[in-house]
Amino acid sequence: MDKKTQKRIIIDILLVIALFAGLYVMEKTLPRNSMVFPVLKKGAIYALLAVSMNLLNGFTGLFSLGQAGFMLLGAYTYAILTIPVQSRASVYQYYDGGALTFALPPWLALILAGVVAALFASLIGFAVLRLKSDYLAIATLGFAEIIRAFVQWEAMGPITNGSNVLRKFPYFRSVLVPFAVVGICIFVIVLLLNSSYGRAFKAIRDDEVAAEAMGINLFKHKQMAFVISSFFAGVGGALFAMFNTTVIASTFKSSLTYEILLIVVLGGIGSVSGSVMASFLYVAASEWWLRFLDEPLFIGAFQVPLLKSGFRKVVFSVIIMVVVLFYREGMMGKNELSWEFIKDRLGKLKNKLKNIGKKKVKAEAENE
Amino acid sequence: MEFSKFLPYILSGVSVGGQYALMAIGYTMVYGILRLINFAHGDIFMSAGLIMVYLATWLPIYVAMPLTIAITVAIGFLVERIAYKPLREAPRMSIMISAIGVSYFIQNFALYLTGGLTKQYPEIPFISRTVEIFGQRTKMVTVITPFLTLFLVIALVTLIKKTKVGMAMRAVSRDFETSRLMGIKINSVISVTFIIGTFLAAVGSMLYFTNYTGVSTISGSMPGLKAFVAAVFGGIGSIPGAVIGAFVIGICENIIKGLGWTTFSDAFTFALLIVILIFKPNGIFGEANTDKV
Amino acid sequence: MKKTLAILLAAVMVLTLFAGCGNKDDQANVIKIGVFEPASGDNGAGGKQETLGIQYAHSVAPTVEIGGVTYDIQLEIVDNESSNDKAATAANTLINAGCSIVLGSYGSGVSIAASDIFGNAQIPVIGITCTNPQVTEGNEHYFRICFLDPFQGTVLANFAKEELGVTKAYCLAKMGDDYSTGLVNYFKEAFEGLGGTVVSQTFPDGTSDFTSYITTAQNEGCGVFFSPVSTEAAANIVEQANAQGMTMPILAGDTWDSNVVLQAAEGTANNIYITTFFDEGDTAQAAVDFVSGCKTYINGNAEAKTNNNGDDTIAAVTAMGYDAYFVALEALKAAADPTDPVAINEVLWDVNYDGVTGNIQFDEIGDAIRNVAYIKKVNTTDAVWEFVAVQSVQ
Repeated sequence: MDKKTQKRIIIDILLVIALFAGLYVMEKTLPRNSMVFPVLKKGAIYALLAVSMNLLNGFTGLFSLGQAGFMLLGAYTYAILTIPVQSRASVYQYYDGGALTFALPPWLALILAGVVAALFASLIGFAVLRLKSDYLAIATLGFAEIIRAFVQWEAMGPITNGSNVLRKFPYFRSVLVPFAVVGICIFVIVLLLNSSYGRAFKAIRDDEVAAEAMGINLFKHKQMAFVISSFFAGVGGALFAMFNTTVIASTFKSSLTYEILLIVVLGGIGSVSGSVMASFLYVAASEWWLRFLDEPLFIGAFQVPLLKSGFRKVVFSVIIMVVVLFYREGMMGKNELSWEFIKDRLGKLKNKLKNIGKKKVKAEAENE
Repeated sequence: MEFSKFLPYILSGVSVGGQYALMAIGYTMVYGILRLINFAHGDIFMSAGLIMVYLATWLPIYVAMPLTIAITVAIGFLVERIAYKPLREAPRMSIMISAIGVSYFIQNFALYLTGGLTKQYPEIPFISRTVEIFGQRTKMVTVITPFLTLFLVIALVTLIKKTKVGMAMRAVSRDFETSRLMGIKINSVISVTFIIGTFLAAVGSMLYFTNYTGVSTISGSMPGLKAFVAAVFGGIGSIPGAVIGAFVIGICENIIKGLGWTTFSDAFTFALLIVILIFKPNGIFGEANTDKV
Repeated sequence: MKKTLAILLAAVMVLTLFAGCGNKDDQANVIKIGVFEPASGDNGAGGKQETLGIQYAHSVAPTVEIGGVTYDIQLEIVDNESSNDKAATAANTLINAGCSIVLGSYGSGVSIAASDIFGNAQIPVIGITCTNPQVTEGNEHYFRICFLDPFQGTVLANFAKEELGVTKAYCLAKMGDDYSTGLVNYFKEAFEGLGGTVVSQTFPDGTSDFTSYITTAQNEGCGVFFSPVSTEAAANIVEQANAQGMTMPILAGDTWDSNVVLQAAEGTANNIYITTFFDEGDTAQAAVDFVSGCKTYINGNAEAKTNNNGDDTIAAVTAMGYDAYFVALEALKAAADPTDPVAINEVLWDVNYDGVTGNIQFDEIGDAIRNVAYIKKVNTTDAVWEFVAVQSVQ
């Protein structure tokens, strides 16, 4: 390790500490009911979900639409395992208190949430990973729907509470918790992507046949990406359940998968930092900044046209279509946010400004 | 269970199967040519329903019906031109994401327009009438749907087999690049495909919503997915395959409900899809295709 | 082209930033009441009608005088999209806006989902028509002014057994809908307790094809079709039951008390009975005044009329929304500080208010003490509700 990398690692660690310190100060100083906190929490959770989806779609080139299904597994696992024993009678009111008579600590249940999702993924993987891109998409979508029907089945009632809501499980109050969990998870994903496995994933994405010729075991690596991505989707699902404070199967429809997919597209397919930034931006805009689009607005006696319930979502879908059609790279393309990237962009900007300045001078000279 | 008790389920199944079939053709033709799962197709089906609802409030029904079809076809054409054509050279994932984006847009726009309320579909004279068949009361549309579907399919197959456009479509779906080199105007062939697909979806929506009269913003997504599964089941690219697949799915789904497994009526469709994909990826009538490197 | 787009996008983003910071005008004498209702999704139609009642009440009493000071009441309306995962952020929006008290929601599921979020922010909520017991159970901040599902289920079961003379009932609930599955469950308990038998099925969301369910009900030889579901599904069920010539009466809960159902049932041969909170034909003076005033309000406001599904029939949920607003005002008046949610929460327990839907007081759980339900029937020729009976349970 040379001096430069060492220095950089120290800076990174300091940045992370600064981030958490900043969040802590925010929690202590800002009004407790400020909209900043739910937005930050949800943004962090969506960041993990988007990164885990990106691992599969962006880095391995497997177009999977099963995210909602794995989130559901994670959310249910977490909720079922952590509902306190004394609350079970009221939650499982139609099923005589349910089948489980114990409750696990949240951190263990959080890990198990990922494990259950990963286990299912490894089972499903055998069946679907051989399929071609678009067939894989529709098959994973189908599996998500099957899982959803299965947990709602009456016979599963003593465990999943049928199609009824699960609640009263422990959840976080401080914004630091989701940030810590999500931070660790994304850190692990980044480590993985920078390892030889990560390079193999990217090789598969770029050219399957060539990758195979280079001696990469296609199925093994695809299966691995699928299982790992599902693990984090499960953890993300459990965090999502905590954020919502309740779990119900009808939340995890294909539209939720699409929502995450669109975040991935906005951020750039194949960029971890892009997904993270897009998540926060998306959540802040859709849940907070753009809410005013849904209400009629008067400037004096003049009513601003078009604004009424539902306009926010129309604006959103237009933005997304514009990105899909004209900025296919999204915010970051395949780049990552790093010092070099910022320096590079700043340099380009400077050059552009210089060029404009030069042109001006030239034009002025010509005019004279 | 005796037959007379089972008959109503089969009747419902045949009827809804015919309506899925009209949509499935759109999926199978587009996939055949562009290799694209047109996720927005179900939503175009839904918007055909909404257009009819709005037109019928101020136009006589016989004017509203052809106008609905015309507008829906125009939407289908525009969606292709705006959202799919610019991405023709892009990776396949991009164009699929674009399709999902269009679907998201149509649903949200419909939400904005309707204010989230379910709209009641207008009554179309004759087919909304109640009739009795084998002692079971049902709507006329239930009886008409399979015949109309078969008629349209035969017309379509004739078109594809006998006309010049049809020949071009077959050529493009066989080999995109070569047919371009042969001087076929790819873009107009694709447009024609979308026009035919949306035309059938518009007709299908009239039949479907006459039976199930509530039009809401998500009315199209489930039928859309099922129609797509039908297309895969029959072998994607094959029109008779899609039609048969649609009837199979429609009938099975209703029989499952009849047996009391209502929780799994939708999941069944997807289970069928996965089984087909694993054991017979080219569907029942699909041609074996080889992947070109 | 690309550049203009980029500039446009950037402009939109900047504008939204301003909007995000801009609308925080804290005037001294303003009290904010949050309206936590669905305006889209499965319960959009019902939520809009309930909101309508609150808006009408607000137009009747836009200010309140407390201790010699006149406060302006401001409604903060947010759409919870009938969805549990949107409920959390929608609730946070109201909390962030600084609401002193919140009204809603139509639909028990979203109310349960948002309950803890309001609870953590120590903001009291008055549930208007969320009838599932879990809404108020085990917390101190959620109240409700309507009757509960165990009561409603029993009333419906009694009615089916005694008035309709039925011994076998078909129940249809929507999967994942706490209201629907809960009420079916209580109905089943009560009906089986009376010696009847029940065939019970569920349908997944997004279903619009109910023909098979209707066929099953007919094949099983059931005497009544009980389906407490959202109005969207209700309209489909009514329409398809008629087409299939279903002769057994249809029975449902308070959600069906909506002109959506009336419009679907017009000209059909169905017998539809429902339990509800309010009857438009009520002859009490307060109710008569409310009905005429509300009709004038709806007819004078195009948007209100659209939200009420295009006519001026008053839904029971509109009347309940109206009462909820005044119950909130009563609490504001009684509170030590009308802008302090905690103070309002404390005095809510003692509110005693005579509304258009009857007297409202809360018991020790936070539920209204109500033991009366109206039973109404659809007159399918004129598309109006006919009063059948007032039912209570000991």
